[in-house]
Amino acid sequence: MSDERPTPATPPDEAPRRGPWSSMFRMARPRATRANFFAAALALVLGFALATQVQQTQQQGLEQLREEELVRILDDVSQDAARLGNDARALEATRDRLLSGADTSAEALRAAQERLDTLGILAGTTPAKGPGIELTITDPEKKVTSALLLDALQELRDAGAEAVQIGDVRVVASTYFTDGPGGIEVSGKRVDSPYVIRAIGDSATMASAMDIPGGVNESVRRLGAVSTVEQRDTVDITALHSLEQPQYARPVPGQTGQGN
Amino acid sequence: MIPVLGLIGGILIGLFLQPEVPLWLQPYLPIAVIAALDAVFGAVRAVLDGIFNDKVFVVSFLANVVVAGFIVFLGDQLGVGAQLSTGVVVVLGVRIFSNVASIRRHLFRA
Repeated sequence: MSDERPTPATPPDEAPRRGPWSSMFRMARPRATRANFFAAALALVLGFALATQVQQTQQQGLEQLREEELVRILDDVSQDAARLGNDARALEATRDRLLSGADTSAEALRAAQERLDTLGILAGTTPAKGPGIELTITDPEKKVTSALLLDALQELRDAGAEAVQIGDVRVVASTYFTDGPGGIEVSGKRVDSPYVIRAIGDSATMASAMDIPGGVNESVRRLGAVSTVEQRDTVDITALHSLEQPQYARPVPGQTGQGN
Repeated sequence: MIPVLGLIGGILIGLFLQPEVPLWLQPYLPIAVIAALDAVFGAVRAVLDGIFNDKVFVVSFLANVVVAGFIVFLGDQLGVGAQLSTGVVVVLGVRIFSNVASIRRHLFRA
């Protein structure tokens, strides 16, 4: 405290400088002057106003804002609402697109699977089951020829057979019948008596097709063999035909029809 | 000491009563409070400078409050109330800062 001056109490302008803290304490001493009373009253008012204003600010709602602030807030809110509305519409559009896309692809997948099943049954690459008949030709004297089997197959197809198996050979479009030295061969594979022909289709129609005069049953009987037709609710066609890549034939693009 | 007690008492009264600020006073009260704070800090500085005078304090306090309120009122009338309020707050804030800096130098010599 270099500027300390040992002066006694003097008017405020020339207050003794005994260090800032002591001057603070000296001023803090209660003095019963009118000015001090006023100062206290002002301080009271200030504290009151301060607390009031703080509380006012804390609980301030929209109703205490100025007009331009309200307008600004309204503008902000309107802009936000418009922006969010746009966002919501865009997102809804995306959602709809995704949903319909999912539907479309599921639909396409289902259609493709259906088509695959149909083609698989037609091409003989898929096992099949359903109502049908089982035609058994017992021919111990080996009188039955491949032509008879071919006739029987043709009759079955005419009667609406959808999948046919002879012995353990699946009958497809390229199936052929030959008379080999030891017996009948179907697509190069030997089949022996009893010949079991299983066909899926309308069992009643196919059974009656076998029975028509001059038909399969009669031809078989004439040869001295025995044929039995059994209608079943479920016929299992388990033999499979293995596809070979066509060597010469090529599909023509853009001309695929909904083939039946 | 008595003014300090008054300040604390006023704050307590305000906290307990929780009065509603009348509508006509609402634009002026914050500015008035800041102006009064400026006067208070100026008074403390004057104490430390050794030139404090009770009467000066009372007059400057009231004058600060009235002038600040008047400036805000004028600004509202002229349509620049918000800007002028900001200006007043800035000026008073600067004054409070410089006063506090002076007090700090006195008390802590730093």
